[in-house]
Amino acid sequence: MVATSSSTAAASRAAKLMKRRSRVRFYEIIVWIAAIAAFFVLPSKMLILTEIAILALFAVSLDLVLGFAGIVSLGHTAFFGLGAYIAGLVALHYVAEPVVGLLVAGIGAGLLGFVTSFLILRGSDLTRLMTTLGIGLMMAEMANQMAWLTGGADGLSGFSLGPILGLFEFDLFGKTGYVYCLVVLFVGTMLMRRLAFSPFGLSLKAIKANPMRAGMIAIPARKRIVTVYTIAAVFAGMAGALLAQTTSFVSPDVLAFHRSADVLLVLTIGGTGYLYGGIFGAVLFTLVKDWLSIVTPQYWMFYIGLILVVLVLVGRDRLARWVEYLPERLSKSKEEGR
Amino acid sequence: MSDIVLETRNLKRSFGAFLATNDVSLKVERGARHALIGPNGAGKTTLINLLTGVLPPSEGQVFLEGEDITSLASFRRVNRGLTRTFQINQLFNDFTPLETVALAIAEREGIGHNLWTSIAGYGSIVEEAAALLARFGLASVMGERSVILPYGKQRLLEIALAFASRPRVLLLDEPAAGVPEDERHEVLAIVSDLPSDVTVLLIEHDMDLVFSFANRISVLVAGALFTEGTVAEISADPRVKAVYLGENA
Amino acid sequence: MLTILFDGVAYGMLLFILACGLTVTLGLMNFINLAHGAFAMAGGYVTVVMMNRYGISFYWCLPAAFIASALIGLVLERTLYQWLYQVSHLDQVLFSIGIVFMAVAATDYFMGGQQQLINLPPELSGRMDVFGVGVGRYRLFTIVVCAALALALQLILSKTRFGSRLRAAVDDRRVAMGLGINVPLVFALTFAFGSGLAGLGGAMGAEILGLDPNFPLKFMIYFLIVVSVGGTSTVSGPFLAAMLLGIADVAGKYYVPAIGPFVIYALMIVMLIVRPNGLFSRGSR
Repeated sequence: MVATSSSTAAASRAAKLMKRRSRVRFYEIIVWIAAIAAFFVLPSKMLILTEIAILALFAVSLDLVLGFAGIVSLGHTAFFGLGAYIAGLVALHYVAEPVVGLLVAGIGAGLLGFVTSFLILRGSDLTRLMTTLGIGLMMAEMANQMAWLTGGADGLSGFSLGPILGLFEFDLFGKTGYVYCLVVLFVGTMLMRRLAFSPFGLSLKAIKANPMRAGMIAIPARKRIVTVYTIAAVFAGMAGALLAQTTSFVSPDVLAFHRSADVLLVLTIGGTGYLYGGIFGAVLFTLVKDWLSIVTPQYWMFYIGLILVVLVLVGRDRLARWVEYLPERLSKSKEEGR
Repeated sequence: MSDIVLETRNLKRSFGAFLATNDVSLKVERGARHALIGPNGAGKTTLINLLTGVLPPSEGQVFLEGEDITSLASFRRVNRGLTRTFQINQLFNDFTPLETVALAIAEREGIGHNLWTSIAGYGSIVEEAAALLARFGLASVMGERSVILPYGKQRLLEIALAFASRPRVLLLDEPAAGVPEDERHEVLAIVSDLPSDVTVLLIEHDMDLVFSFANRISVLVAGALFTEGTVAEISADPRVKAVYLGENA
Repeated sequence: MLTILFDGVAYGMLLFILACGLTVTLGLMNFINLAHGAFAMAGGYVTVVMMNRYGISFYWCLPAAFIASALIGLVLERTLYQWLYQVSHLDQVLFSIGIVFMAVAATDYFMGGQQQLINLPPELSGRMDVFGVGVGRYRLFTIVVCAALALALQLILSKTRFGSRLRAAVDDRRVAMGLGINVPLVFALTFAFGSGLAGLGGAMGAEILGLDPNFPLKFMIYFLIVVSVGGTSTVSGPFLAAMLLGIADVAGKYYVPAIGPFVIYALMIVMLIVRPNGLFSRGSR
């Protein structure tokens, strides 16, 4: 009798704990309210807000690979760049409606992600760095060589986008652009959030935490990595597509190495493994970079480098932990009666 | 009637010039309480690693229920009912015991690839996880991070985790190793209460535990099978004593 | 044909000298130092400044490049790197990318973004004819110097006391410390030596590889390929990997200019598929 009642108690406690894992945190609501408020409060800042939303989507997609599966990638921009070029080419040659281009870009980048994921399955961190960097550089070189398709070093231009879903025209102030990017970011983050709290998301963290033990509870690590790498590539490709569509231009810079490094820095600032780090990081990074490029237009790279060095020396864990001090945690520790 | 569940044939594994497993042919019967003993460095853990696919063998084969599983990855062996615990805890440090066990159950049920439904949505899995944790005395700490649990609790979680996969063959690698005296009885009670339909291969240094638990004992020395027999045979074998005394002297 | 092979060998030799320091930092300290190219670049710019501004002989510049880069390496190792041997690979990657960015921007600031040219001494420029094969004198010089260095390295590691201490420290840091080996000192000296070699490679390579502020970024992939294909346990592994890479790259760019830049990536992918643990690894342990 005692045993039964204690195990029912355990079951109801377990159910409660599990629900608590995936419930909406306080900071999540704040993020989205702030993003919407920015639209009304900062009408003159649409371009930089758009930039933040795009970078955030890009960074959140990298978090799936880095923060969940634990794969350090130096070439995540391969997918971003491919998505940008695909969206540009779709608009230039086929359909001016942006959502079509967005989806095609996601599919294209996802295919590249799927194919290349098999190359990162084996080997150490070092070989993965080499592989991801190599694939990124290879894409950049291809974009450069196939000038007939991509415009080479001049970039891809001369296309304009039609109204979104045939309804919302892009305006000169970038208001539509911002809302469009924000909606894509929101939907993308919500999809990835579901993934994060699913058995799949948990199994990824298990693979990252202890691959040997993960195998011993029957997790097929390779299959999971292929899947998550492909999904991350889809969202990175969509982020690239958003950039191409909101600027009506694809510069070869979308495939440049510094973008892969930038997005790593974004996650470093915001913290990995909980998705919103990509968003927080994107806000901070864009503001700092924007400020730096005004103060020192030519040498901002130096200060980005300095930030990286200092972040690591100070200890990025210590810095990223600030999120834990947000209200959600406080209320939680009270509930547990401590 | 002998019904062999787990078998190795001429299993060898070398690290460079060092032969850690030397031509081991071992048979484990269904439902057995089989102990594997031997002095330090005899290659016991290497053998377990070969059995579970953590290491590939240099030569030889491993059979589970008569099927050759030599080239299968660890996770496929677990799917077929062969699992283990580790001598040194291998847990997911930031996971709670609840998450850890629930994930193992989810994988066993084949829903680990589901990327849409939250684990909380699978009521039966959460319930089973809670029951398992309660059985292993972990209910009170199910919400803590595994890494901060007392060592004895981590040890229990290690075993509970193996159980979550519902093994037919369970390899226990020194389950009581390093557990403080006051938590030790809890671990030992769990080990001796293991259901009888689960075949157990136990690696252990503690002879009292081995002699009280096992019904068959294999002795491994320098990577090779030295002798094998019932508890009575092994405990009476002067050569086995010599092997152990030789180590202690 | 033979000329191409010859150029490829010279190129590969250079890559080896450039990358072998990275092999050591990686194998020894388990540190992924993506900033290795920055030390090479430092050596290159030391040479450029000494030759072009002060008219110092090329031959004096080479040891100077070695010493300058080694000193920079030593200082950075003592002040920054030594704290990061235990951190995660991600942190090491972020840190060393940061160093690269700073080096690139600083070089751009002080030296300008243009390609740097050096005037080789007359006896090293031009081609000569060896058994009917046109051979660049400078490339021959490069091959001789680099081969001598590679040989010396092999001897140092296998025969001297420092070499055996180094290998002991690599195998087991704690045991080595217990044996009274001053592991931090061994690490620092090795790091400095590896950086010095990179600097020397950068100085010698200014003519063949080119030199501009983006050097560390441009050659990062080459270094990574050399160490991941060659492994970190021997001198010969990275050496052969560097040769393979050098010859393939030169031949690719010469014979199939349209797809030449892709040869190294193709090589990388083939290697990954065929031997995921490195071409010359001793097998997984």
